Amino acid sequence: MIHNFDTVIVGSGGAGLYAALEASARSKTAVLSKLYPIRSHTGAAQGGISAALGNVEEDSAQWHAFDTVKGGDYLVDQQAAMILTEEAIQAVYDLENRGLPFNRTPEGRIDQRRFGGHTRNFGEGPVRRACYAADRTGHMILQTLYQQCIKNEVSFFDEFQVVDVIIEDGSCRGVVVVELATGEMHIFAAKAVLFATGGFGRIFKITSNAYANTGDGPAVCARRGIPLEDMEFYQFHPTGIMGLGILISEAVRGEGGILRNRDGERFMERYSPTLLDLAPRDIVARSILTEVRAGQGIRGDRRIDDYVHLDATHLGKEVLDAKLPDISGFCRTYLGIDPIDAPIPVLPTAHYAMGGIPTDVHGRVVIDREGTIIDGLYAAGECACVSVHGANRLGTNSLLDLIVFGRRAGQHIAEYVKDAPAPRPVADADEFARAWIDRLLDGADGPHGGAITDEMQVTMMEKVGIYRNKADMSVAVDQIQELRSRYQTVRVQDTGSRFNTDLLELIELGNLLDLSLVTAVSALHREESRGAHSREDFPERDDDTWLKHTLAYLEGDEVRLDYKAVDTSIWEPKPRTY
Amino acid sequence: MNITLNIQRYNPDTDEESYFQQYQVDVKPTDRLLDALMQVKRFQDGSLGFRKSCAHGVCGSDGMRINGVDGLACKTLIKDIAAHDGDTVTVEPLRHLPVQRDLIVDQQEFFEKYRAIKPYLINDEPVAGKERLQSPRERMAFDDATSCILCASCYSACPIPVEQPDFLGPAALAQAFRFLADSRDRATEQRLAIVDTEEGAWGCQNHFQCTRVCPRSILITKRINETKRMIKQSKEKESS
Repeated sequence: MIHNFDTVIVGSGGAGLYAALEASARSKTAVLSKLYPIRSHTGAAQGGISAALGNVEEDSAQWHAFDTVKGGDYLVDQQAAMILTEEAIQAVYDLENRGLPFNRTPEGRIDQRRFGGHTRNFGEGPVRRACYAADRTGHMILQTLYQQCIKNEVSFFDEFQVVDVIIEDGSCRGVVVVELATGEMHIFAAKAVLFATGGFGRIFKITSNAYANTGDGPAVCARRGIPLEDMEFYQFHPTGIMGLGILISEAVRGEGGILRNRDGERFMERYSPTLLDLAPRDIVARSILTEVRAGQGIRGDRRIDDYVHLDATHLGKEVLDAKLPDISGFCRTYLGIDPIDAPIPVLPTAHYAMGGIPTDVHGRVVIDREGTIIDGLYAAGECACVSVHGANRLGTNSLLDLIVFGRRAGQHIAEYVKDAPAPRPVADADEFARAWIDRLLDGADGPHGGAITDEMQVTMMEKVGIYRNKADMSVAVDQIQELRSRYQTVRVQDTGSRFNTDLLELIELGNLLDLSLVTAVSALHREESRGAHSREDFPERDDDTWLKHTLAYLEGDEVRLDYKAVDTSIWEPKPRTY
Repeated sequence: MNITLNIQRYNPDTDEESYFQQYQVDVKPTDRLLDALMQVKRFQDGSLGFRKSCAHGVCGSDGMRINGVDGLACKTLIKDIAAHDGDTVTVEPLRHLPVQRDLIVDQQEFFEKYRAIKPYLINDEPVAGKERLQSPRERMAFDDATSCILCASCYSACPIPVEQPDFLGPAALAQAFRFLADSRDRATEQRLAIVDTEEGAWGCQNHFQCTRVCPRSILITKRINETKRMIKQSKEKESS
């Protein structure tokens, strides 16, 4: 079936919904989502959204931008970071005006709390910058935006899975999509397409990410010649629930929680004397792993799954109930402990992709070092790389990224489609997707996806995780290649058409394998340590050679690498200490 | 430990009626039911249909009936539903909504009822480029209702739709309360008119099943009763 729209938005998390609000006001817009929109992973974000409102203490957008740049180990494009932090302020007020129930100060203003890496006056000490709604800020953003979409009668296509993007003569013409309910393939012809498909934490074994976070947008784009930027920079959140990877918000430390090793020592004093437990996430995650490797984990056996304690027992029932209720609930449900009585066993968990589809500050997809644009193709949110997070994202800046750049993309699209040529169908646009899916469904004998998924996740976790080296990553690249060739023989066990979630999972697995390959190859070639990319064999940051963004082109079974300059027009890169 | 999952299956394309199928799974007591379902899906039978996403009780995808009690598969641990080796856990789709495939139900009607209560802040008064003020006490007045993830567990648990299919249901009513109790909202009369009906708040007969099963611990029945009081107070005000 062929549909015609001005604008098609793929993904219904924070970025997609905000863009939809903007684009749908002025163009015929469809939002495609693989889930019911309200199930999107934005809803799992907990701690807050930063903006220099200055409601509880002095703050400025410039300080916020500097923290973002330094937090990203100077791989952040600095003018983009200024846009992020300047527009943050109005963005947060807009969310409040649209109904978001932020926690309040005694004066009735939006309350703010501390978060990792956010400081006053260029690093002097922590600042209260994170606006929050208990520990379900992402949930409230998702709810508020979805409610606004209902109010504005946005058209949703729920449970539609994107499988290809149509690009012809340097312009985007639409997307190819499978409808889960019927198995039918649809072509959505459009003047503009925005990818807002979120992250791909499911390439790793232990992750805070949802099952749905399979990087469908980046994978689809990569197969059509769009490069992926800075894929080697993947954030491990320091505090996931041991074994499960479920996120325990940085807000616990923002409210005063303390990380302790087996001796009860507050070990962050040794790694980050100024910011302590509120150092940026890459530093805290490495510190935890270093403690574990030194036999200072709680069990003390130096094994990879040993853990440390996040102590919130001193915060008091009132703080836990009013500001961290969901976290307390997770601990009760999954660990059988109450954080008021016992410390929380935590370990780093794969959490956030700094890299993704390269875009400019309007969300337009950029395909090379010269900044060439594909007309009508946009990306925003975690699947995109503006780049405002550089080599390591600060907590609360992801929700901010969604809102600021989702809105900017939606606004730019609304202008662009006014004069863009009418969408027109492209002959055989669904040929590639059909061949892929027909092969999975052809009834031939072949392995199922379960074992391949497991092996991929273990390989990426063990060999392309927090600490990396050439030997491990070379093995990882070979293993992922081997899994990709095995993927060519997989078949569904369910050949039906109605709600074929078996097919859906195999499509997702294909995406994850391609993104694993691009991530591993990008990481193998960056011979320095910067932000979340920590090389045991190259422990120092090397600005002379590596102050540049990676552009990785997936070409069949090969990954070709190119690089592009970083915008350092405001702050000179300096050593990063906290 | 080894347990049996007794799962209701149904594919409208091929099955005359639903039936139960059994799977043996090797699980730890602290595993989630969702982990056990994924074990089946990935290593035993790829054709088993169910929804899932976040896997820790915040997205609302995997609502189902577990040993007759509605809840989320990712928030239900094996130890809470199977005490001994060899125990059987029965898993069925949510009630009152058409089954599309196995444990997947069509939630369209559920979301239509949610939309019916105008689930968005209505306030056209201009704001001067900043936030609207709201005291911490005013904010906390509707706090628990904002936790709702629209998983439809309460809707399935509620006995009312059996006799009265037009009943808006607990989730939609709790969301009506969420906006009615928000000091910033200006559509009180509009919204009260929607819930001041037999399909609305008055349909609730205080069975408390919604409150019992809510994975987000929202005191839904209490919120519906508060809504009933708001309706009465509004009428008394009108007549006085």
